[in-house]
Amino acid sequence: MGILEVKGVNKRFGGLQALGDVNLSVAENTVHAIIGPNGAGKSTLLNVLVGKLIPDSGSVMFDGQSVLGRKPHEINQMGISRVFQTPEIFADLSVFENVMIPCFAKRDGAFRMHAIESTHHEKDIAEQAMAILEDVNMADKRDMIASSMSRGDKRRLEMAMCLVQDPRLLLLDEPTAGMARADTENTIQLLKDIRTKRGITMAIIEHDMNVVFSLAERITVLAQGTPLVEDVPEKIKGHPKVREAYLGEAQV
Amino acid sequence: MDALILQLLNGMDKGAAYALIALGLTLIFGTLGVVNFAHGALFMIGAFCAVTMQRILNLSATIIDETQTDFLGNPLKVEVPYVQSWFGEVTGAAIQDWAVPLSILLVIPVMLLVGWAMERGLIKHFYKRPHADQILVTFGLAIVIGEIIKAFYGANPIQTPSPAALTGSIDLGVAIGFEPNTVIYSIWRIVYFFFAALIIAGVFAFLQFTTFGMVVRAGMADRETVGMLGIDIDKRFTVMFGIAACVAGLAGMMYAPILSPHYNLGMDFLVLSFVVVVVGGMGSLPGAVLAGFVLGIVQSLSSMNEVKAIIPGIDQIIIYLVAIIILLTRPRGLMGRKGVMEE
Amino acid sequence: MLGLNSRDLRLFVIVCALCLLAPILLNPFPVASSLGESFNAGYPALMQRFVIFGLLVIGFNILFGLTGYLSFGHAAFLGVGSFAAVWMFKLLSYNIVPAIILSVIVAGLFSVVIGYIALRRSGIYFSILTLAFAQMMYSIAYSDLVGKMFGTIVTNGETGLQVYNDDPQFLMGEGAPTVPHLFGLEMNSAFTWKVGGWEFIFQNGYYLSALFMILGFYLSIRIFRSPFGMMLRAIKSNQTRMSYTGLDTKPYMLAAFVISGMYAGLAGGLLAAMDPLTGAERMFWTASGEIVVMAILGGVGTLLGPVFGAGVIKYLENIVSKINSDILHSWFAFMPEWMENLVVNILYPFVGKGWHLTLGLLFMAVVIFLPGGLMQLGEKILALFGRKKKSDDAKTGATEPAE
Ligand SMILES: Nc1ncnc2c1ncn2[C@@H]1O[C@H](COP(=O)(O)OP(=O)(O)OP(=O)(O)O)[C@@H](O)[C@H]1O
Ligand SMILES: [Mg+2]
Repeated sequence: MGILEVKGVNKRFGGLQALGDVNLSVAENTVHAIIGPNGAGKSTLLNVLVGKLIPDSGSVMFDGQSVLGRKPHEINQMGISRVFQTPEIFADLSVFENVMIPCFAKRDGAFRMHAIESTHHEKDIAEQAMAILEDVNMADKRDMIASSMSRGDKRRLEMAMCLVQDPRLLLLDEPTAGMARADTENTIQLLKDIRTKRGITMAIIEHDMNVVFSLAERITVLAQGTPLVEDVPEKIKGHPKVREAYLGEAQV
Repeated sequence: MDALILQLLNGMDKGAAYALIALGLTLIFGTLGVVNFAHGALFMIGAFCAVTMQRILNLSATIIDETQTDFLGNPLKVEVPYVQSWFGEVTGAAIQDWAVPLSILLVIPVMLLVGWAMERGLIKHFYKRPHADQILVTFGLAIVIGEIIKAFYGANPIQTPSPAALTGSIDLGVAIGFEPNTVIYSIWRIVYFFFAALIIAGVFAFLQFTTFGMVVRAGMADRETVGMLGIDIDKRFTVMFGIAACVAGLAGMMYAPILSPHYNLGMDFLVLSFVVVVVGGMGSLPGAVLAGFVLGIVQSLSSMNEVKAIIPGIDQIIIYLVAIIILLTRPRGLMGRKGVMEE
Repeated sequence: MLGLNSRDLRLFVIVCALCLLAPILLNPFPVASSLGESFNAGYPALMQRFVIFGLLVIGFNILFGLTGYLSFGHAAFLGVGSFAAVWMFKLLSYNIVPAIILSVIVAGLFSVVIGYIALRRSGIYFSILTLAFAQMMYSIAYSDLVGKMFGTIVTNGETGLQVYNDDPQFLMGEGAPTVPHLFGLEMNSAFTWKVGGWEFIFQNGYYLSALFMILGFYLSIRIFRSPFGMMLRAIKSNQTRMSYTGLDTKPYMLAAFVISGMYAGLAGGLLAAMDPLTGAERMFWTASGEIVVMAILGGVGTLLGPVFGAGVIKYLENIVSKINSDILHSWFAFMPEWMENLVVNILYPFVGKGWHLTLGLLFMAVVIFLPGGLMQLGEKILALFGRKKKSDDAKTGATEPAE
């Protein structure tokens, strides 16, 4: 039984079957990649997982508890963090504040009225935030306003914001899209380190096969809202159905 | 029953005024994406055009009439309005009498000019700024316009009578088989209602059947795409703003006999019409019209003595109450589209 | 010191000093001089307004400045605060302590209810909802609908609420003051200090209000620098990210709304404590608009902005609306006659009764050219004078490193 169990999830947008009978099981402490052509429903699936969308039918269990019907912040407090396809960060705040906020959320829960204490006196929060910034090589940018950074940096910042919470499940929607080659390599390395150091379970959506094959232990191929195959990377590479639905498309 | 019908009718003309302002507000919001807090001021400018027209038509020359003398034996000075000396006494007096409808000649150019100046001079620079900034700057403009009006026309309401032929009331009740004197209704209000209906129909026809209107509707549905098609949106925005200003101005002009114009009129109507727009659904033209009438009628009905006996003063708060309830139960208003102003 | 960093401490000390010395600073000209008649502002009644409205806008800024939610109905809380306070005078005694406590509590309760409902929407919908609530409350107060419903007086409608001789005043002791007082210290009594042609008035009521403003200012600094303040800024920046980070935005918003409503209630209570009567017009939406104007003019989201915004507007209102054509003529008497007349005629519409015109234009100019308000102007001027460093550290104020 995996830490995340998706069973029979369906989601329609008007006439479009965005997700059709999706079953997925992500085992604890693994990296599970979800790949598939554009519009396959990958982001929609993540939206269902984090409470942004409610599926028409099916169930989503995280660690034995249903996530359906819970608010996004409750799902996050259960231990699921998400990096979005287009970076969602606090654009008007400094990089440092951006990472402090998730630290507070982790420590103090969904709401705490700490209106009198100064942020400056939160030494452990500051340390945590600083540590993660160093991990993602952004320590020198801590006082920059987040909106002024490059797209790749924003994405790394968002990743830091999720990682600093030590989530039990990290969902990544195309974490390396828009990054330069070198940054992509760094990110792969970062995610690998995180895996070994902190043992975070990850579900990752990627178009970049290099990233997928260097990280994933299992791969699910999604096409037109339905999982085609799920297997270890070696088997996915040569799988005829996958070639047809996905890789093949690129080659023709 | 008769009282009910009377209030229903009362609600119709008030609703028509709300609907007209809300329509203009929605046109501006839907096409330009601007929240215009100065729209009530445009309504007021229209009303004051009627006042001005009336004053212009009453401009008089002082003529010394040699044939008559006052009680001291001096030749009598008489004030003769220019229109009467130009068109003859009878025609001239008739023209004066019809000052309010005639001020349409003034309202349209003035409103187009004001609309053009406002859009080019101010609003244009706020397309990209946050809605809060738009609210603030147009709010400032509304104060300024109100104060300018006050400087020229004073702070007191100015009586602006409707033409004699359309003044007074008729007994509508008799026509539908009630006792006489049960449903008496002011003629001008009936005129107002039909006038409003005409303008509303005109605006919808314009949007429905002209190419220009088609582009505008497309723009309201999906601004970015239309922009990408290489259609010169800018110019159309200006025109749209002028039209919206005209609609507001005409609404105000015709309302002048019902409510003597004063410099706060714009603000009074603005608050209500924003409520109307929000209830109708931001960005929905039919919604604005529907909500205008619904709220006008609800307000009239709640001012019936029977209702007021149960809850005193409910008529003064009912609009806000309805708005709050609708906004909470139907976040997008009665007919609002998805994705408008929801972030 | 006081849990503030050195920059904030400096701001705080400056505000304290300004409040303390206001009676002197605001009366720079001899009383009898023409400049004194036009520009002196050190009268207790006016100074009270500076600090009370300062307090009000400081509270408003906690909501609008930090979260970006523009409330267009904040005057409603001011109004209920005043009504609550006057009722305490009527029922208990002229002691202001129960009055002020109740005004804060009542405004707090109202803001919990209104905030809970209005905060279910954001953006312009929120603004309209708050406006609708405030207008509704104004109508209720103006026609005293609650009173009519129960056959008594609650707001006393158009007349307004005040204390009458036959009011119960249960706690009124023998020989107790018949004006608002703090355990016997009468609010309207003052000490006047005359030096040469100058006259400085130190009034109890002003100093009490100033004390409250200073406390309110201190609390707002603490909130701005707290994790709570950071959360509010994060809400303004990206609510989606907030919820996917595990934070529930609703209680944060509601807390901010209620805090700022309570500030407004306190300000309303103080207004009543300075002058024990009130009326519905205090809740009219133009009053709410004025709060917004003050906040914008001063500089939204800055600490000092609200204080300055309120001060400048109240000062200008008082000064500009006092100017008449005689005064204008006397100012420009040095010019040739035709020029004098021309200048006076140009300026005349903007002064005296035309004050609101000036206000509207000023407000528009600020929104268009100076979205950061007077604080931004101040920074620009400092930068012009080559004090670059200073304006830089002012800017990072919001994003202080946590050392
Ligand atoms: N909120 C929505 N309303 C309507 N249709 C939607 C919505 N969200 C997604 N879709 C549609 O559902 C389908 C799946 O979208 P999704 O974003 O999940 O694809 P994806 O696999 O993430 O693609 P990509 O690789 O381009 O990110 C698409 O056809 C998309 O247009
Ligand atoms: Mg996607």
